[in-house]
Amino acid sequence: MTTTEVPLGGSVLAPRSIIWKRLRRLLLGWLALPLSALAALLIGALLILGFGANPVTGYHALLSGAFGGSYALASTAQKAVPLLLVATGICIAVRANVWNIGGEGQIVMGALASTATALALPNLPAFVLLPLVVIAAACGGAIWAGIAGFFKAYFNVNEILSTIMLNLVAVQVMNYLLSGPLVNKSQSFSITGLIPQTKLLSKNAWLPTIMSGTQLNLGVVIAVAVAVAVYFLLWRTGFGFRIRAVGLSRDAAAYAGMPVKRTVMNAMVLSGACCGVAGAVLVFGSISHRMVTDGSLTGFTGNDGFNGIVVALFGGLNPLWSILSAYLFGGLLIGGTSMQAIIGVPTDLVTTIEGLVVIFVVSIDYLRVRFRIQEEAQRLERDKERAPESSGRSLLFKLARARA
Amino acid sequence: MSQFFTYTILTATIASAVQYAAPFLLAALGETLGQRSGVLNLGVDGIMLLGAFSCYYVALETGSDLLGILVGMGVGAVLGLMTAFMSVTLKATQGISGIGVYIFGLGLSDLLFVRFVGTPLPVNPLPAVDIPLLSHIPALGRMFFQQNLLIYLAFLLVPALALVLYHTNYGTRVLAVGENPAAADSLGISVTRTRYSTVMLGCTMAGLAGSTLLLLDGIFQENLTQSAGFIAVALVYFGAWRPAGVMTGSLLYGVVTAVVLQWKSLGIIPTSAADLAATAPAVITILALVALAGRFKQPAALGKPYLRGA
Repeated sequence: MTTTEVPLGGSVLAPRSIIWKRLRRLLLGWLALPLSALAALLIGALLILGFGANPVTGYHALLSGAFGGSYALASTAQKAVPLLLVATGICIAVRANVWNIGGEGQIVMGALASTATALALPNLPAFVLLPLVVIAAACGGAIWAGIAGFFKAYFNVNEILSTIMLNLVAVQVMNYLLSGPLVNKSQSFSITGLIPQTKLLSKNAWLPTIMSGTQLNLGVVIAVAVAVAVYFLLWRTGFGFRIRAVGLSRDAAAYAGMPVKRTVMNAMVLSGACCGVAGAVLVFGSISHRMVTDGSLTGFTGNDGFNGIVVALFGGLNPLWSILSAYLFGGLLIGGTSMQAIIGVPTDLVTTIEGLVVIFVVSIDYLRVRFRIQEEAQRLERDKERAPESSGRSLLFKLARARA
Repeated sequence: MSQFFTYTILTATIASAVQYAAPFLLAALGETLGQRSGVLNLGVDGIMLLGAFSCYYVALETGSDLLGILVGMGVGAVLGLMTAFMSVTLKATQGISGIGVYIFGLGLSDLLFVRFVGTPLPVNPLPAVDIPLLSHIPALGRMFFQQNLLIYLAFLLVPALALVLYHTNYGTRVLAVGENPAAADSLGISVTRTRYSTVMLGCTMAGLAGSTLLLLDGIFQENLTQSAGFIAVALVYFGAWRPAGVMTGSLLYGVVTAVVLQWKSLGIIPTSAADLAATAPAVITILALVALAGRFKQPAALGKPYLRGA
C-alpha cells in the first residue's frame, strides 16, 4: 500500500477546501463591493498609464482633491448631496423591482418647479419659502416619475425606456423655459445671445451655509434626513413592506392581497420626489443661486441622474449605506477635477470608472446569490441530519432560491 | 407652411429622414436579434459611442472610411462578447448591467477622443452612391436612391434579418431560446451559444450603427449619439420584435426628426419654441409604447437569465 492510496488525499484536501470556502465567503461577502471598486480603479490606472501619466500621482491628486483638508471634505460632501438624494430614490424604485433610469429628467423637473416657485413668490419669508421650494421640487420630480410609473403599473410599459424618453423631453423643456419664459432678460447681451439662465433667485430661498468658509449648506442635512427617513419607511412601515414584497414577487404580493399596481406607482412617485429634491439642491445650493444650463443633456445635472444609480448600487440598494457610497463617489467626482488639473487626464476617466463599477457590482451579484444558496443548502442538510423534523430554515432557503 | 410643401423641400426632407433613420434601424435590428433570443441589451448607446469613436479615429489616421467601419464593427463585437459574458454567463441583471456599459462607453469614448484627437478634425463623410436607373425616378430617386452605402445596407438588413429569423435553422433556434429556453435546452440547443451569437451579432450592428451615425457628418464629439441607442431599444418594442415593424418605427422617428429640423430652418416653428418641438420624437415614442404595450407579446424569456433545472 503506497501512501498515495491512503485516504490521505481527503485529509490534505479538507483544510484547503475549508480555507477556500472561508476565502470565498469573504470575497463574495464583505469584500465584494470594495474589490469591485478596486478592480475599476486598477483599470483606471492602466488608462492613466495610456495617457503617459503616472497613476500614483494621478490618484494622489484625486485623493487630496477629494479628502485633503476641510475645504476638500466640504466640497465632497456638497457634491454628494444630489447623488445621495437620487440614490435614495433609486433604492425605493428598485426595491419595488422598478428601474428608475429617469433621475436626470426628474432632477430637471424638480429644479424647474422649485425655480418657478421662487420666481413667483420671491417675497415670502425664508421659513415659508424654503420648505415651499423643496416641496415644489419633490412634486415636480414625483409627477415626472409618476408618468412612467403610471404607464408601468397600468399599461405595462417598460419603465427603463419610458424614463429615458422622459429625460430627453425634460431637457428640451428646460432649454425652452430657460431661454424663453424664465430667462433673465436683464443680462448683458453677448454675441452668442442670452445665456440660458434665470435671474438671481430670491435670497429667502437660498440654502443657508452651515460651515463658514465653504459652500457646504443645509442641503446636506436634507439629503441625510431623506435617506434615513426612507430607510425607516422601507424597513419599518407597512408601506415599505408592501414595496419590498412587490419587488420580491409580484405574484406572491398579489396573492397576499396587496395592491400591486398602486404600490409600483407609489414607489415610482416617491422615487421621483427624492430626485426632484436633488434638483432644488442643485439650484438653491449653487454658487450662482440661479438655474443655468448650457443646453446639453447633462449641462444642468452634471449626469447626477446616472451617477446616483451607481451610488445606489454601490450602497447595496440601502439608503443608509448609500450615504457612505455617495460620499465616496462625490469624492471621486470632485477629485477627478483636481486630477485633470494636475496630470491632464480628463474627468471622463471618472465616468469610465463609474461604468466599470456598475459592471463589476452587477456581474458579481449572481456569484454571491449562488454562494448564499449553496451555503443555505448545506446548512439545511446538516440540520436534517441533526433533527430530520426541523425545517425552520427551509422557508429562507426557498426564498433565496426564488430570488435567484 | 406653404414653403414646406414644395417639391424640393419635401423630397429633401424625406431623404434626410431616411438618413436619420438608418443608425436607429441598424442598432434596433441588432437589438431585435438579441431580444428575440431573450437578452435585453441596454448598453447599445455606449457601444454605439465606442464604435463611432473607433471608426472616426481609424478613418482619421488611415484616411479609409471602410477600415474605420470595420474597426467600429470589431469594437462592437468585443463589447458584445463582454455583454454576453455578463448577461449569459454571469447572469447579471440585464437592465442595469447595460446601464453600466452605457456609462463606461460614454466616459471612455470621450476620454479616448481627448487623448488621441483633441480637436474635432473632420473625416470624409461617406459619399452618396446613386443607384443606376432607380435614382432617376422623379422624387423617389432623390428620396431613397441617392444615399450612402451604409444606409442601403441598413435597409437591406431588414428583409435579411426576417429571412434569418423565420426561415433558417439558426433563426428557429434563436426564437426557441427566447421563448422557452428550457425546452430548447432539452432538445439539445445550446442556450449559451445561441445567446452569445445573437448578442455579439447585435452589438456588432450597434458598432456599425455608431459608424453610420458618425459618417453622416464625419465629426466626433462628446456624447455624439445623444441617447440614440436607447431610442433604438425603444424602437424594438415599438416594432413588436419584428424587423418590418422596427423599420416602420425607425422611419417614423426619422421623419419626425427631419420635419422638425426642416420646419425650424424654414421658420415655420418660431425659434423660441424650437426646443419644445424637439421633444416631439421622444413624446411620440412614449405614446407609441403606451399604445402598443400589451398588443404584442414580448419574447417570453426576455431579460431572464437561463438557469438549467430552475
